[in-house]
Amino acid sequence: MEQETASIKLSTPLTDQQISSLRAGAWVTLSGVVYAARDQAHRRLAALLEKGQPLPFDVQGAVIYYVGPTPPPPGRVIGSAGPTTAGRMDAFTPLLLKAGLKGTIGKGCRSRQVQEALVQYRAVHFSAMGGFGALLSRHIVDSRPIAYEDLGPEAVRRLVFRDFPAIVAYDCYGSSIYEQRSKG
Amino acid sequence: MRSIAFDSIVRTTADLCIQAAYELPEDISAAVRKALQTESSPRARLILQQLLENAAVAAHERIPICQDTGLTVVFAEAGSEVRIAAPPEKGSATLMDAIQEGAALACKEGLLRASVAAEPLNKRLNTNTNTPAFVHLSIVPGERLRLSVLLKGGGCENKSRFEMFNPTESPQTVCRWIVQTVQDAGPNACPPFVVGVGLGGDFEWCCLLSKKALLRPVGSTHPDPFYASLEETLLKDIHALGLGPQGLGGDTTALAVHIETAPCHIASLPAAVNIDCHAHRHKTAVL
Ligand code: SF4
Repeated sequence: MEQETASIKLSTPLTDQQISSLRAGAWVTLSGVVYAARDQAHRRLAALLEKGQPLPFDVQGAVIYYVGPTPPPPGRVIGSAGPTTAGRMDAFTPLLLKAGLKGTIGKGCRSRQVQEALVQYRAVHFSAMGGFGALLSRHIVDSRPIAYEDLGPEAVRRLVFRDFPAIVAYDCYGSSIYEQRSKG
Repeated sequence: MRSIAFDSIVRTTADLCIQAAYELPEDISAAVRKALQTESSPRARLILQQLLENAAVAAHERIPICQDTGLTVVFAEAGSEVRIAAPPEKGSATLMDAIQEGAALACKEGLLRASVAAEPLNKRLNTNTNTPAFVHLSIVPGERLRLSVLLKGGGCENKSRFEMFNPTESPQTVCRWIVQTVQDAGPNACPPFVVGVGLGGDFEWCCLLSKKALLRPVGSTHPDPFYASLEETLLKDIHALGLGPQGLGGDTTALAVHIETAPCHIASLPAAVNIDCHAHRHKTAVL
């Protein structure tokens, strides 16, 4: 995907140093391991954290992509795989950030609480282009379920990204692209 | 009476769903190309180009445009002279059964995402078949069967709204509410939108109208000049929001506003807005 300005290359896990350098509105490309999780998986992950139990993946520096992909046709690792609405995960995100999560990827706006938690725990939320699941799937080179397979398309998956394009939507300084836009 | 084979309805329904999921409809790509000529924001233009590129990748690689292949909504218009010929092993299976079977076949064959929870508030287990489909059946004169499929994503459906106004309310007030609903949908519902508006009817009819309005081809105008000009004004006001593609700013916030109306109670003015995203997947066939 071509971008309007040169994008910042990032690879996971994300470090505090990398996060500090990101400002809302910057285009990035992400490479490395990213975990897919959406609504029902978040409910379970949050329940584990509340009970003080370990998560099914190492959350330190990790990035979660809010996605429920379509099944892959033969010869592909994944089907269509664009972002789902991030706001639906708002209730669970601060808990995950507290546990060490450093980045999330979705579409649309986040709550005030998530925005504050991103500042408090020094993390970042990216927006990927909603509805561009075919195009974005080309930047996912591996995909396997690692937990909650009973949830079908909502299972937690370990994905490997290669130059996955996104924009910094909420940075660790409390700024957001959506607010920049409404201020004109 | 004219007989239509049960299996051909299954096949047609499945094909409509798969094609809708994989191929961006021509009315949308034409509207996006048109928007590209007037869009003033470079970022918005880039995103609109990517929208077309995404559609090209999906069509070429035979995968869905968007991973949310949606709930399957089917508007079926059955001619009064049509009879469904079910094979003996299917007994008294009806048109509705054939459509359900077709929707499930599309999920399996077309590798669409199973996006249906069996019930809303308890376990929410996935039905794994992407069914049931939501079917709206009407009987019309003649011996044809017309099937229109709409694959409706959750992100934009979540932003749809209903409101009861006083019957003396002005068109301006109702329009302000419509524009506000679009603004509230914001980046979450994947703009640029197609906005379906239902006015009149009763509670449930009004919502149905707003969804039916989505099926009208983008680029067509309302036959009634009053509502045609209302659609035009609404589209202008929606663009003035500056939301733009993906909510990242720009002139192109909606590709169309379609109004459907019905008579209503003298005490009521029901209004519904059904937001559809740029992945406005619809496809029709006539048997
Ligand atoms: S709102 Fe539409 S384009 Fe966006 S993710 Fe949902 S179905 Fe896809």
